[in-house]
Amino acid sequence: MDSVANIILYFVVAICIAVFSVMAVTSRRILRAATYLLFVLISTAVIYFQLGYQFLGAVQIAVYAGGIMVLFVFAILLTRKPGDMAAPLESHRRALGITISVAGCVLLLLALFYMPLLHGASLMEAINAGNQITMHDIGRAFTGTDRFQYLLPFEAISVLLLACIIGGVVVARKR
Amino acid sequence: MDLSMLWYLVPSVIMFAAGVYGFVTRKNMIALLISLELMLNSADLNFVVFNRYLFPDMMEGMVFTLFAIAIAAAETAVAIAIIVNIYRAVGNTDINSVKKMKY
Repeated sequence: MDSVANIILYFVVAICIAVFSVMAVTSRRILRAATYLLFVLISTAVIYFQLGYQFLGAVQIAVYAGGIMVLFVFAILLTRKPGDMAAPLESHRRALGITISVAGCVLLLLALFYMPLLHGASLMEAINAGNQITMHDIGRAFTGTDRFQYLLPFEAISVLLLACIIGGVVVARKR
Repeated sequence: MDLSMLWYLVPSVIMFAAGVYGFVTRKNMIALLISLELMLNSADLNFVVFNRYLFPDMMEGMVFTLFAIAIAAAETAVAIAIIVNIYRAVGNTDINSVKKMKY
């Protein structure tokens, strides 16, 4: 049995995610679409906090809602005038999009509801079943080479970030 | 009332479907990138939820999500550099105006 506060928080966040993700892809003003995406990302971070992954929620807010959104806003302001609206969609393209996404959505939801595995533990049971994940555990997981430790991917990510910084500068510089 | 795993997967499905719709219908490249971020985010959410409910004493889903967030940041930075470059060459960011790779 979960607490009422958790259930209310879940519904607020779930409705936020559903509404804002649909608005992000249907809004004709691109800057508004980016703002709705920001709301979706923050709602996802709230779900991470609720599930007990505090570090992950903080990373989601700092990297996604902070860094990536700044990139988006700068790119939008560099490439469009404020108040520019996208052209209305062609009807066949919209029909294709609605068909694909609704069909996929219905299929996935049916699969979800018929999966016996998913109707299991409540949130409180799941959170109490595991150990609390501390920063100590996360640090150990990222700096070791044993089983369930990820030093090599961690270093590979740092090289990837360096490569992408250089790539970004080379691609976007003025010639 | 219990918040079982299913409850958390439903918003994720809706987010993914919205991302697919945007990816099929939008023409602006930045809007395509926004749809892509929605889909990536829903996959991340699934990783975390499966980790929490099915393997509560491990943290592999969380680690995967951390890596996915870092890679998404890298990918977005490169994609936006390319989009700004295309805007300088072509004058807009419409996906239909980029038919030749070399400009």
